[in-house]
Amino acid sequence: MTSVRVQGVDAGYGRTTVLADFNLEAKTGSMLAVLGSSGSGKTTLLRVLAGFIRPTAGTMSFGDTVILGPGVWLPPEKRGIGIVPQEGALFPHLDVYGNVAYGLRGHQDIGARVDELLELVGMSGLAHRRPQELSGGQAQRVALARALAPRPALVLLDEPFSALDKGMRGEIGHEVRSVLKQLETTSILVTHDQEEALALADEVSVLSRGVLVQQATPHELYTNPVNLEVARFVGELVELPAATKTADVVLCVLGEVKISNHTSNMKSGILGLRPEQLGLNRQETGWQVVSQSFHGHDTLVHLKSAEGVQIQVRVPGTAPVAVGDQVGVSSHGLGRLF
Amino acid sequence: MNPRASRALLALSGVTALFAVTPLAYLCVRVIEVGPAQIAEVLVRQRTVETVLTSVELVVVVMVACVAIGVPISYALSRIKLPFAPIWVVLFSLPLAIPSYVAAYAWLAEFPAMSGFWAAALVLTLVSTPYVVIPTTIAFRSSDPALEEVSRSLGRGPLRTFWSATMPQTWPVTAAGALLVGLYVLSDFGAVALFRVDAFTRVIYTSYRGSFDRSTAAVLAVVLVVLALVLVLGERRIRGRVARWRTSSGSARSSLPIVFKPIGTIGVLLGLFIVVGLSIGVPIFSLVSRLLEGSRRPLDLAELLNASVNSVWIAGLGALIAVLCALPIGLLAARSTSRSVRGLEMVSYSGHALPGVVVGLSLVYFTLRVVPGIYQTIITLAIAYAILFLPKSIGATRTSVAAVPPVLEQTARTLGRSPLRAWAGTTLRLSAPGIAAGGLLVWLTAMKELPATLMLRPTGFDTLATELWSRTEIASYGAAAPYALALIVIAAVPAWLLTWASEKSLRRPADVDHQGPQLQIESTVVR
Repeated sequence: MTSVRVQGVDAGYGRTTVLADFNLEAKTGSMLAVLGSSGSGKTTLLRVLAGFIRPTAGTMSFGDTVILGPGVWLPPEKRGIGIVPQEGALFPHLDVYGNVAYGLRGHQDIGARVDELLELVGMSGLAHRRPQELSGGQAQRVALARALAPRPALVLLDEPFSALDKGMRGEIGHEVRSVLKQLETTSILVTHDQEEALALADEVSVLSRGVLVQQATPHELYTNPVNLEVARFVGELVELPAATKTADVVLCVLGEVKISNHTSNMKSGILGLRPEQLGLNRQETGWQVVSQSFHGHDTLVHLKSAEGVQIQVRVPGTAPVAVGDQVGVSSHGLGRLF
Repeated sequence: MNPRASRALLALSGVTALFAVTPLAYLCVRVIEVGPAQIAEVLVRQRTVETVLTSVELVVVVMVACVAIGVPISYALSRIKLPFAPIWVVLFSLPLAIPSYVAAYAWLAEFPAMSGFWAAALVLTLVSTPYVVIPTTIAFRSSDPALEEVSRSLGRGPLRTFWSATMPQTWPVTAAGALLVGLYVLSDFGAVALFRVDAFTRVIYTSYRGSFDRSTAAVLAVVLVVLALVLVLGERRIRGRVARWRTSSGSARSSLPIVFKPIGTIGVLLGLFIVVGLSIGVPIFSLVSRLLEGSRRPLDLAELLNASVNSVWIAGLGALIAVLCALPIGLLAARSTSRSVRGLEMVSYSGHALPGVVVGLSLVYFTLRVVPGIYQTIITLAIAYAILFLPKSIGATRTSVAAVPPVLEQTARTLGRSPLRAWAGTTLRLSAPGIAAGGLLVWLTAMKELPATLMLRPTGFDTLATELWSRTEIASYGAAAPYALALIVIAAVPAWLLTWASEKSLRRPADVDHQGPQLQIESTVVR
């Protein structure tokens, strides 16, 4: 079932159009990540969804409610959409309780609802802290509780973890995801961090220059990106010139490689492989180790062929080579021809 | 900083603090000499009670009026899409360039029948709205738009969001501005004197002039200082709260302007135009018409030149003393947080809470009794300026030194410079422009000072301010016009600097120092 549907939306600031004929769909209860670099239009999309920017054309609906259409434009306060902004943006003049209760005006049993939410996000007992006394992660938890309090149909997360340090980021990210899943709330996570998008979301939409380039599950996106730009954006990519041999085999400097996108009309192109699809062979030669970067769980080895082709190979743990060594390289799995 | 240098600076700072607090201390001594019985007698006198009430009423009326006019103006300037937006901001800072007695003169010259409480309240409101408008505009512009967006998404409409999400962020800034207005009104002498309102400053001045009863003046001066201190401390507390409330660094994003339909925009512009017309249009119109009319007595150019030269050099001498006295305490305060430094700094700021009338009065007593040799000499006048405007100079020194990262000086040391040369080549070199700008500000401000100048100047020594004063008092408005014009030109420089600095900080919302604009405004307080 579709919860969010955006069709043919044009939006921007003044005379600058950021989104043109934009389409997007998100399924009920799922988390959709909108991934894009700065200037891709992801923040504009979020502001359009929330109702802070009025598009000049298009339709939008949440469930059965039309929020944008011919003669229809629901203001933000009528939409029932929660937002979790960057760094939380908690009201500094209210304590944790006051922040979470902010959207509950006119509800019954406000106290009970606030307690319930604080427990859900693991902040019980901190109801009377001031926002200034909270850590970055705690502030994000409160911001989530505040957004969830009026039971929104959709929660928008605007780069909510970018200000946290790296260790915290993953932890809070998974907590937020599990809370949203528990409540079966649809959510859209706007981010420029592809690791975060791949790790948390059910589906990822890649945005580039105001256009939705690809929407797919994280696995599909990583293994079968639609173009070079997406392939480079979602992870490290080894690019090799290649010529087609049969419909699903190409020939490149590594020999014959099977590809996942059958191309009948391309004679040659660029073969894309992930560094972990390559392996080192110390018995052979042909590639010289230029440098290596050690990441603990794996090592990225940079190699150069006699012809000057450069590639990276990801090796689990420590690589058994030194700079200057001659090695051979083999590939496994399916590549992709662009 | 090495301990020996730091101890030497501390000793010098002690001298500065002593210097700054002398008038107040001596005033207290005088009051104690008066004796409890007579103090009580002065305090319960009906005239005293009336004076307190008049001053308090004037302060409250002007503060309320400034907030009532200032907040909507700030909102319009910061959030509504207006044609010529930057020009409006400048227009609303311009009243800072009009000393209260110049404004009062201009209104009197146009409407000679004006006098009394409401006339003073009107003119003081018009000249002091910028103290509310400028900081509130900055606060509205720099408040994190995410807060308002969250509020909207949580079901509160635009108006409710303004009350429950925006105002709580900005009201401390507005309130601090309003208290500054209160302090300005309380210490104002020019407007209340010209409109013949028996507020503190005028009563103190006249009872000093009457000279038969100087103890009354002393007692009243102490009461005035207590009232001023209440305002200063209130403002300090609120400002501390503003600082505490800033949580996140905030995003560099600013709110999208509200676009009105043409008819709404015209309404807003009309409102802004009326206020600008009253606060700068009327004074300028009046001044220009007086200049064009000329006066019965032709303008004595030699007199004008003489007054200008006197203003320039006596104020310059005061500024020089202020900068020198401010140096040690400013240097220490920028780099140290020790309690003794904080204490000395607080004491040195006492000029901030001292109305010019009070400093004038106490220096009259002090010189007569302790050093009669400098009574009614230019030295005393320069000292008065230095004491009054020392806070501006300390503030400028402190801010400029604090803006130089200590790591530069440390790096210079690692590159082989001796401690003194490392300090001179980095910290001093980089903070010198700021310190000099502070000195310039004191210089220009001192040129406009009126009450202390009237009380302390040597006989026959005339400045621009006193010449304007004496001509206005005898209602020869045409003859006063050139002096008023000269004073406005002088006062326009710091107002322009302030607008320029705050516009600059607005353009870089990410590094707005939220105390900055307030401090700058404080340092342009026109007495």
